[in-house]
Amino acid sequence: MQTRKKYIFITFFASWLLLFFFGGDQIRRLAFLSRKKATVLKNWPRWTDRSLLKSFADPEELQSDGGHHKQSAKHSRCRMETCFDFSRCEKHGFKVFVYPMEREDPVSESYLKIITSIEESRYYTSNPEEACLFILNIDTLDRDHLSIQYVHNINDKIQGFPLWNDGRNHLIFNLYSGTWPNYTEDLGFDIGQAILAKASFYVENFRPGFDISIPLFSKEHPQKGGERGWLYQNSVPPKKKYMLAFKGKRYLTGIGSDTRNELLHNSTFCIIPRGRRLGSFRFLEALQAACIPVLLSNGWELPFSEVIDWSKSAIVGDERLLLQVTQCHAAYEMAPCSILAFQQQTQFLWEAYFSSVEKIVQTTLEIIKDRLFLRESRPKFLWNTLPGGLLALPEYSTHLGDFPFYHLQHGSSPSGKFTAFIRAVSPVVSLSQPILKLIQAVSRSQHCAQILVLWSCEKPPPPRGRWPQTAVPLTVIHGRRKVSDRFFPYSAIGTDAVLSLDEHTSLSTSEVDFAFVVWRSFPDRIVGFPMRSHFWDSSQSQWGYTSKWTNEFSMVLTAAAFHHRYYHSLFTNYLPASLRSLIDQLSNCEDILMNFLVSAVTKLPPIKVTQKKQHQEAAPQQRQDCLNRFAAWFGYMPLVHSQLRLDPVLFKDQVSVLRKKYRHLEKP
Amino acid sequence: MCASAKYNTRGPALIPRMKTKHRIYYITLFSIVLLGLIATGMFQFWPHSIESSSDWTVEKRSVHDVPVVKLPPDSPIPERGDLSCRMHTCFDVYRCGFNPKNKIKVYIYSLKKYVDEYGMLVSNTISREYNELLTAISDSDFYTDDVNRACLFVPSIDVLNQNTLRIKETAQALAQLSRWDRGTNHLLFNMLPGGPPDYNTALDVPRDRALLAGGGFSTWTYRQGYDVSIPVYSPLSAEVELPERGPGPRRYFILSSQMALHPEYRSDLEALQVENRESVLILDKCTNLSEGVPSVRKRCHKNQVFDYPQVLQEATFCIVLRGARLGQAVLSDVLQAGCVPIVVADSYVLPFSEVLDWKRASVVIPEEKMPEMYSILQSIPQRQIEEMQRQARWFWEAYFRSMKAIALATLQIINDRIYPYAAMSYEEWNDPPSVKWSSVSNPLFLPLIPPQSQGFTAIVLTYDRVESLFRVITEVSKVPSLSKLLVVWNNQNKNPPEDSLWPKIRVPLKVVKTTENKLSNRFFPYDEIETEAVLAIDDDIIMLTSDELQFGYEVWREFPDRLVGYPGRLHLWDHEMNKWKYESEWTNEVSMVLTGAAFYHKYFNYLYTYKMPGDIKNWVDAHMNCEDIAMNFLVANVTGKAVIKVTPRKKFKCPECTAIDGLSLDQTHMVERSECINKFASVFGTMPLKVVEHRADPVLYKDDFPEKLKSFPNIGSL
Repeated sequence: MQTRKKYIFITFFASWLLLFFFGGDQIRRLAFLSRKKATVLKNWPRWTDRSLLKSFADPEELQSDGGHHKQSAKHSRCRMETCFDFSRCEKHGFKVFVYPMEREDPVSESYLKIITSIEESRYYTSNPEEACLFILNIDTLDRDHLSIQYVHNINDKIQGFPLWNDGRNHLIFNLYSGTWPNYTEDLGFDIGQAILAKASFYVENFRPGFDISIPLFSKEHPQKGGERGWLYQNSVPPKKKYMLAFKGKRYLTGIGSDTRNELLHNSTFCIIPRGRRLGSFRFLEALQAACIPVLLSNGWELPFSEVIDWSKSAIVGDERLLLQVTQCHAAYEMAPCSILAFQQQTQFLWEAYFSSVEKIVQTTLEIIKDRLFLRESRPKFLWNTLPGGLLALPEYSTHLGDFPFYHLQHGSSPSGKFTAFIRAVSPVVSLSQPILKLIQAVSRSQHCAQILVLWSCEKPPPPRGRWPQTAVPLTVIHGRRKVSDRFFPYSAIGTDAVLSLDEHTSLSTSEVDFAFVVWRSFPDRIVGFPMRSHFWDSSQSQWGYTSKWTNEFSMVLTAAAFHHRYYHSLFTNYLPASLRSLIDQLSNCEDILMNFLVSAVTKLPPIKVTQKKQHQEAAPQQRQDCLNRFAAWFGYMPLVHSQLRLDPVLFKDQVSVLRKKYRHLEKP
Repeated sequence: MCASAKYNTRGPALIPRMKTKHRIYYITLFSIVLLGLIATGMFQFWPHSIESSSDWTVEKRSVHDVPVVKLPPDSPIPERGDLSCRMHTCFDVYRCGFNPKNKIKVYIYSLKKYVDEYGMLVSNTISREYNELLTAISDSDFYTDDVNRACLFVPSIDVLNQNTLRIKETAQALAQLSRWDRGTNHLLFNMLPGGPPDYNTALDVPRDRALLAGGGFSTWTYRQGYDVSIPVYSPLSAEVELPERGPGPRRYFILSSQMALHPEYRSDLEALQVENRESVLILDKCTNLSEGVPSVRKRCHKNQVFDYPQVLQEATFCIVLRGARLGQAVLSDVLQAGCVPIVVADSYVLPFSEVLDWKRASVVIPEEKMPEMYSILQSIPQRQIEEMQRQARWFWEAYFRSMKAIALATLQIINDRIYPYAAMSYEEWNDPPSVKWSSVSNPLFLPLIPPQSQGFTAIVLTYDRVESLFRVITEVSKVPSLSKLLVVWNNQNKNPPEDSLWPKIRVPLKVVKTTENKLSNRFFPYDEIETEAVLAIDDDIIMLTSDELQFGYEVWREFPDRLVGYPGRLHLWDHEMNKWKYESEWTNEVSMVLTGAAFYHKYFNYLYTYKMPGDIKNWVDAHMNCEDIAMNFLVANVTGKAVIKVTPRKKFKCPECTAIDGLSLDQTHMVERSECINKFASVFGTMPLKVVEHRADPVLYKDDFPEKLKSFPNIGSL
């Protein structure tokens, strides 16, 4: 028994040892081999005969492309080429016609705002013959058939319109579609070939390059003007209480509204999940509050995605990875400087495209216009950089260096000369008239390229010989004798800078020289001499205008000021004809309007430079009225106050006059 | 081993008790051992088989020797492409998951030769271009050889040209890939889709959910945000080297170089030529070439023969017309020549249109408007044309040049979708290097005028001049908008005075003790700074009045992205020495303000401490000088804007004036400062400082107006 046991043990051990000896060896060899294998497999092999491989296509075939074939395939889903009649827009340009309102079909408040915005826009026409784009008078915003605002029998109605033409060149707005429980994107009527501008678009239903995704806005959304963003300081690091916030139900008022506002104000990131539909009100709220949206709404075609680069202002997450590492990681990893950039971008986008119904509608129209007029269409850069696509007119130019805004990003600088632009309203009778002195003083400036005299007087201008002899060319332009002519984009203005002058202005050469050098540092602002200010008159609860000497100012009059020639285009093409005819009637206030416009674009005050003499004017009631009417049109007061004046570095210093470059500025 | 030993020691104890049972144990144990031995013996043969199969991956291998796979006729075929696929429906993000480098992992299947049941090849094994493409991927950071960690799979089945493959069998070959799974996360590259007669605009091979990088998409077949539109590679790029030609006017205004155009287009073009004569050149295939001249490298107009693609460099605009397919290889040639492409192909999705802004490099004209082409193009200003020429060439260099460029751009686009927060920006994709170099993106770009109520934090850097420090504190505390005062105590050998000795002021006063006497301490973003505005002030600047400081703060509010300060300085180019020179004389110009008394945004403290380029920070600390010049460089470089000097004040107890023994020390100081400017300019690679001729004064400064009505009456002179 014992020996047997021993034997058994020995054989047992021996076999185990054998197994381990061989097996272990084998395993070791295997491991070694597999490591070797890994290094070998690491890369795609370098074939020995790779140079002998044939090209994927015969060069001849590549260049002559298989033959003669012109495709004319019909596709069910619309694109601009197939469903839009371009020829309608060729003759009269981009004109929008709105079907006249009918009494028996009241439209919702929001739709009325949309209609009003279009009617007030510069593209509106009341003549359907001229129109390029048509807007229905039927409220199509709410297509949830459980809603009280649901309009029935749209199909029958639109079929009755003689202009409908299966929806060709029509634009249909919609905010809500489908209903409980699925909220499919069914509009309940056949839109035919119409372009759909819809909130909460699902990518698959979206016809790229044809439809437009708009943001969901509430019925309280203002028609024009609109609140500014809530970011008023750039704190680093973002000094906010909460990192990430989400508030489920939307309480604008009543219980819960406080927490909502507090959350928005105090969070750096806001989660924006889908609501019943893909888009939710939270999106615009977060944008306004400078709370970086973290979007969790798979398949949502983001608002105006055709032009807006959302990657600079929002984090597009994936619902499937809700609160997983990736997204939180993204939020935490973001460096303070990119948080800063994102927050500023939300504010820019909010104020440029979303803060009012008017802006949303305008953006929609401009996107369509960009598709139609290919030469005059904005590169993506213009849409995503201050001051935004609505204020950068592609009709003016599509070259970045031609605008006053993009010199830094573009690495260019404004041209080194200016055009003096003098508006003459009284006939030249004597040689001592201020206009002649002015022409001489200005022409002596080393930066002056040419002088343009806008002749707005009934009497004909004096003959060539009567004008003073100047080193630079002097051209007389005949205007329509209206004040708005002064900001007409004459093609004769060849320089970036325009020195706008009144015939009574008196300026010295060194004043002009210095002001122009300053303007080169601030090409997007009005840089000039006579200043004015506005204030809130609480006793009459309206805006007041003053020409008194004050410690601050908000306007620089264009009686003597430099500005960029782009503002001529903006003044003539962006502002509505109604405002321009108002100033033409009054023969006044064009300078105030220009200040409104430039401040609305830059959100900054104008710049005042040193002037020897200051002339005062009485503040007529008229100018105050203008101020209030302009503020009403803009929907807010764009003017901004400034407390500083730019002087030459050695101005009035007790050093030798000989050291000073602009010494003539100091003579009394 | 441990476990088995235990078992053995326990074994004998069991034997006497259960005699029959332990016999069974024995038998089982022996059989296990035997099996083990047999298995090891089997292993002996296995390594050979591994070696033999890994043999083909060894460097020296021919394409012809790759393993052959026979496809049975009834092997499954994938579904046709699903037009509704989007990243969130058809793409499995979980495979990509969290990744510290934010890079997707791409796996490439090994190369096989596919034959049908009769042994006929399904397609060309691999084309030169596809091989280059796969090599590029495998050499890139995206590549992984671990199929389990991969997020994206690239089959080695070459489908670049649909005409060279058999559709059904290729689909079967795809379906039998080991990780096919309905094509999820698979990426196919195709440049020539469709075939006669109807030339579909996307690859006809059924591919289920696979992503398609395609070279001729129309808007109908392109699944936006899922597919990637790629160029049709032109093999001429590798053959012909076209030197970059500077932008500017060229001999021909419009040129068409394509062969075999549709007769309707050709007649349109010829009408264009008749109208505009010399400035339009319409080329066609040469009919009477001598033998041996490759017809692809020649083009003819009447009897004139031109070299292709060199002739493209003679034209400003080059027409890229659609043929049977939308994507045309000529687009690549045109871009290479720096010619601005006029794309006439309705509904064509331009290459990489998801990220590239084609409006900057091309003109897209609808087919209908062909006759108006000339007038449309003439309305483009020359400056813009030049920019488009530059942009066109840059697009070619970055994204069209080689199969590698195409492959990497495609993967980067997919990568950007999966890790959107690490995505490349519009500027990174689109700006040519020259623009990237000269352009500035201001980090504080939003025009904001910060609220006055916020106030500012004054930071006083001090070493041991307690008396003067206390005077500065008392003076500064009179400024209405001061909200906090921070004293940075830079003396490690001495403790700051006791609390009771400090002047009593109305705002909180904090003392920060530093661990090292470094000048950079002045620009550290201390948590104590709660305001946006920071006033840096030296402990000997006692002459500034409260009005002057308050006014400085108001000016800063209007220019929050600039340095707003009192002592102004200038840099000059010294023509004799050929280098920069520092100037502290009272000049008509200013390009720097010293941070001995200056307002700036707190953000610049972050930049100074964490983002200062090169070794400037250490250099400043080592030399104990020029921290202010460094700050001026930094701010000007990042914002592209000039400083603002406020008020006439010029006389300061400045470093230049502290020289105890007169001129000599002053001289060395100036030399040192000039050296700083030269050093920083070389580190930044440019001279970012901007020279201006203005300073900011209160609106009514020196005006004939009652002093008591002025907001800032007490503005001292000099």
